[in-house]
Amino acid sequence: MTVGLVIVSHSSKIAEGVIELAAQMAPNVQMVAAGGTSDSPPRIGTSLEKVQSALEEADQGDGVVVLTDLGSAVMTAEMTLEFLAPDARSRIRLPRAALVEGSVAAAVQAESGSTVDEVATAAEGAVVSIDPESLEPFVSHGAAAPGHSLPLDEPAGIPVTGAWTLPNKMGLHARPAAVLARALTDLDAEVTINGVDGKSVMLLMSLALGEGQELRAEATGPQAQEAIEYIAGAVKAGFGEL
Amino acid sequence: MGLTAHWAEAWIRESSKVLTEHRAELIELDRVIGDADHGENMQRGFAAVTAKLDGGGQDTPAAVFKLTAMTLMSTVGGAAGPLYGTAFLRAATALGDAAEIDPAAVVAFLTAARDGVVARGKAEPGDKTMIDAWTPAVEAAETAKSAGASSTEVLEAAANAAQAGALATEPLIARKGRASYLGERSAGHRDPGAQSTALILQAAADTAGREQ
Repeated sequence: MTVGLVIVSHSSKIAEGVIELAAQMAPNVQMVAAGGTSDSPPRIGTSLEKVQSALEEADQGDGVVVLTDLGSAVMTAEMTLEFLAPDARSRIRLPRAALVEGSVAAAVQAESGSTVDEVATAAEGAVVSIDPESLEPFVSHGAAAPGHSLPLDEPAGIPVTGAWTLPNKMGLHARPAAVLARALTDLDAEVTINGVDGKSVMLLMSLALGEGQELRAEATGPQAQEAIEYIAGAVKAGFGEL
Repeated sequence: MGLTAHWAEAWIRESSKVLTEHRAELIELDRVIGDADHGENMQRGFAAVTAKLDGGGQDTPAAVFKLTAMTLMSTVGGAAGPLYGTAFLRAATALGDAAEIDPAAVVAFLTAARDGVVARGKAEPGDKTMIDAWTPAVEAAETAKSAGASSTEVLEAAANAAQAGALATEPLIARKGRASYLGERSAGHRDPGAQSTALILQAAADTAGREQ
């Protein structure tokens, strides 16, 4: 079981499209679209009824995170929550998040078995990607600000490196990517994995590394050694999937 | 005699009729500063409520308002759904199971409705929203009640103030809702939500006048 997601949009196409996108990275997460009105075919708008039944469908016991688009989608979602019994209400979160980025981040977080609060926090932390100052976790520091990459002669610049072959069937998919990125974020080190920021779940997944492919890591900074050791351990254990 | 469930039902049916008559006008107001769906959404929502009222079984004004609220929330589609839905739901809660609405109860349900819209939409007076019709309506109702007006007179005062409030949104710059994306370009146009509020409250006053 994982936390479920409900995507509330004025447009049924947007709601379904967001789920299509997020499901690529989180195939096991229950995501339910509540887009458009209750009419058939749906008009542009939102419907209390639709959100209510989507919530029921998405809630598998671990809670649901609701992602919305423009104003009235938020209002409709709020109303739906007000009609719920306190017990059901306590398992639901309505984060302030950008719909597309927030949904993808929430789905990835849910895929790794996180709690409803962790999933909601992931959604809120995923920012609109047109703000280059706060692009994490969608784009690496290097890509966001090419001028600011570390010069090679920085004191912290002697890298610790490692390379391993991925032994598990699913390779570096959403769950291990999220686990790796989270662990590396806690360390005081800059980590690059196959050329991308090792602290970015999205970029790690974008590598699409499968079974038998090589994962190369390079770390600098005070905890570079710990970072490489952590990655080595995780990869060799097949991310716990062997 | 106060206003009964019979009046509440007549009010909603009259609102449906008036919103249908003003459909094109509301669409035009919304086309200029919004997404051009307010007229259609309101007509559709109130038509759905009318169809449900045909089923009967609403014995108190609150029951009529609650049915109205639930139906609008699922059929309007736009922001007006949750906003008017909340307004009617809060109005129903304020009335409880009272069979008749006296002038104090009129003020109480209008106030509850306005507070519900504020809580839901998080808009303030002057943001160019339906709050700019609801707030003067509530204030005028309170004044009329204090002066000893009947329930019908309280509703008439509220309706007149709501229409004045809707007109007064024309020079404002929208700070909430879809029109806020337009910024200064929203000035010079009346807010469609404020106008639909004025129409609905006018229907309340007109039907109350016919009941007594």
